[in-house]
Amino acid sequence: MSEHAVTININGVERTDSVPARLTLADFLRERLDLTATHLACEHGVCGVCTVLVDGETARACLLLTVQADGSEVTTLEGLTEGDELGPIEQAFWAKHGMQCGFCTPGFVLTIAEMLDDNPNPTREEIVEGLGGNLCRCTGYVKIIEAVEEAVSLRGGGA
Amino acid sequence: MKPPDFDYVAPTSVDDAVKTLGSDAEAKVLAGGQSLIPLLAFRLAGPSLLVDLARVDGLDHITDEGDRLVIGAMTRQRRAERDPLVAERCPLLAESLRHVGHPQIRSRGTIGGSVAHADPAAELPGVVLALGGRVHVTGPAGDRTIEAEELFQGFLSTSIADGEILTAVELPTSGPRTGWSVVEIARRPGDYALCGALCQLQLDDAGTVVDAHLGLIGVGDRPMRAHAVEAAVLGGASPTEAAELAPDGLSPGSDVHASSDYRLHLATVTSRRALTQALERAA
Repeated sequence: MSEHAVTININGVERTDSVPARLTLADFLRERLDLTATHLACEHGVCGVCTVLVDGETARACLLLTVQADGSEVTTLEGLTEGDELGPIEQAFWAKHGMQCGFCTPGFVLTIAEMLDDNPNPTREEIVEGLGGNLCRCTGYVKIIEAVEEAVSLRGGGA
Repeated sequence: MKPPDFDYVAPTSVDDAVKTLGSDAEAKVLAGGQSLIPLLAFRLAGPSLLVDLARVDGLDHITDEGDRLVIGAMTRQRRAERDPLVAERCPLLAESLRHVGHPQIRSRGTIGGSVAHADPAAELPGVVLALGGRVHVTGPAGDRTIEAEELFQGFLSTSIADGEILTAVELPTSGPRTGWSVVEIARRPGDYALCGALCQLQLDDAGTVVDAHLGLIGVGDRPMRAHAVEAAVLGGASPTEAAELAPDGLSPGSDVHASSDYRLHLATVTSRRALTQALERAA
């Protein structure tokens, strides 16, 4: 098994380690760094639950080898807000009951964070389209869509 | 860890990448990994070595060469999707990119990776075929170009030889009075389409169609070009008349997602809609 040195800035902290080539970024975050907000379900790029930001853009942490992320900046849900404060998207999920079991929520929050940075005032259609890469087995998505609309107003967007 | 064990190297030049690839018969090229890593996770692929092109110089560019747009193989799909040059010079590509997977996939997925992977339902191979583009490859014997018509050989198969690396994709740029359209029928947005039509038409000053391109995806073992429909449109047929010819020469398989007959029906439907919208945009 080949080992490779990597240095990755994760949530503002430089992390250096030696990893096997086949270790995915998702496993690196969870198993090596104990950053367990990044969940894993399908592990082949379909469900979106492992979504993180790599150099500011959402990516599937299960479809990225840790060695590929060498030199990158990665933001996980833990790094999205300071301390225990809820950010506007998390507040919106709470206010609108955007989760039931909560397993998919971290991926949704990061996807929505990028969506609203790109487009602070999306239409309902754009929200549905933007959430297409994340699966939720509980809510039927209606409450998640409402949470995005709530987040838009909490962030000061909206008409 | 789901993927099998393999070694990894990230060369910084095309020459080094070709040498490394040639040093190991079981080596595979890694571009954005959005198709290859799932294949590894399923253990459908078991390379001994991955040659990552992400750190190779000169593969991430979008270059306007007048009548051609040349896009480096490692250009991320998301970057191309947002690039004003692509939108202006090759709007069919820009619109197709919005149908590729999801934003989380396009941020890592590359133009060259998708074309080389040659999924018959993928948009980018369809665009290259529909527009009559070509790809640049580099191998142990040097550089060569492969025309789109010769590139796609079958399911996930291309005429890129073992040991060769796709370095750039070249597409003709669109002229004046050009309209385009991408129409897909998929069960969910972002899924591979059951059938998709990628269309570009050009009109002359009198409003006559003088250039017609129609690619169909999801209806064969490779992207298909609807020559009969193109000829009909050039001969003055309406979108509805021309689209009736879309199933000509197609024999799509049946699977859990759709029967062969339904896919043939969708070939007509998506072709008609794409031709109609492209004509409207060109006018």
